[in-house]
Amino acid sequence: MSDTNRRFEEIALPHLSAAYNLARWLVRNDHDAEDLVQEAYLRALKFFDSFHGEDARAWLLAIVRNTCYTWLKQNRVQELHDSFDEDKHSEADSSADPQVLMLQNASKELLNRGIEALPLEFREILIMRELEDLTYKEIATVANIPIGTVMSRLARARDMLRVSLERIVREEK
Amino acid sequence: MNCNETRDLAHAYVDKEIDLVRAMEIEKHLDGCAACKALFAQEGAMQSAVRERASYYAAPRHLEARIRAALPGRVKKSFVFRPPNLSWLSFAASMAVAVFITWGVAVHLNTVTADDRLADQIISGHVRSLMADHLADVESSDKHTVKPWFNGKLDFSPEVLDTAIEGFPLVGGRLDYINNRPVAALVYKHRKHFINLFIWPEEPGAKSTLQTKTKQGYNLIYWKNSGMAFWAISDLDEKELMQFVNLLRQPATTQ
Repeated sequence: MSDTNRRFEEIALPHLSAAYNLARWLVRNDHDAEDLVQEAYLRALKFFDSFHGEDARAWLLAIVRNTCYTWLKQNRVQELHDSFDEDKHSEADSSADPQVLMLQNASKELLNRGIEALPLEFREILIMRELEDLTYKEIATVANIPIGTVMSRLARARDMLRVSLERIVREEK
Repeated sequence: MNCNETRDLAHAYVDKEIDLVRAMEIEKHLDGCAACKALFAQEGAMQSAVRERASYYAAPRHLEARIRAALPGRVKKSFVFRPPNLSWLSFAASMAVAVFITWGVAVHLNTVTADDRLADQIISGHVRSLMADHLADVESSDKHTVKPWFNGKLDFSPEVLDTAIEGFPLVGGRLDYINNRPVAALVYKHRKHFINLFIWPEEPGAKSTLQTKTKQGYNLIYWKNSGMAFWAISDLDEKELMQFVNLLRQPATTQ
């Protein structure tokens, strides 16, 4: 194995779960996520020259994200334009205490459904922040957007999730 | 801090993307404001719910093997296990060298990443201080005002030098949070450029040579001396920043 490949494996493979988690949340099924992560790694090796020892995880996640977006564009283009249906969702309950209670009792399944219902560009920011624990700056690098946009999308993602969780809970009553 | 200002920072607060002094101001406000406190509790509950209960999809076990196999340029197995021309001694020696080299590369990579990560935090701290109009918690060009201000706020006392005569006047001091600990940030000015000098204690007696980095248009110079870590950052060019750093280091070398 060449030195480049060895170095690539040492740098990129430790972030395999981060890569898979992001891809899995973007495309929402195991099979496609696996294929896309593999494709992203092959692409990353090709672009390994462009990696200059900065944050390896952010570098790799940016490539995973691009690979997933390209695939979504070719296979599920409507998802790129899905928006959050404001009419379908009423405003979140204005009082905070019942909400805290609802969030504390929210099951794994409820949370997953709520997050999956978020439009792509909000879902990915929330996943990177809460599940990968990336900083605003790292998210800005991966998604190629300004930090200000990271902050506004994240705030909006949390608002939407709150509204959609309440709706699911209400509908199931 | 009023309710609006506090609420604007709710997300940055739960995401820990805020400097220590702001965080303390927010906490002070929350102590006396039930409405804001409830709102922050809600953001906190949202964060914990997602972090603790949303699915984290770890890579399935077979995926790593699958990717390794798909990467081009793999050496055939038969080659690895076929050293017929090598005596065992030289084979063992070459393996030892290979292990040594790999180990060296790994150690080297680790240190690069540690410094790089720190550099990112320093850049964020510097940018935040300029962006949020929050350069200094104590604004003074007098080192006898700035140095005592840190008393009781940090578990060490940073050395504050007056370099005004040389063209680098002191602007003030600030608490910041770098590398998982509160640190002192001293702010100096040169013409219209600001310099942040971050200081925190390292293991006793830590000492290193000057190292430089250029990232995102900022120059960084960092070193360790007398058990303290120093990171200077500015948009000044490297030569001028080095001039500043040399001023700081002069008294230390004559001590």
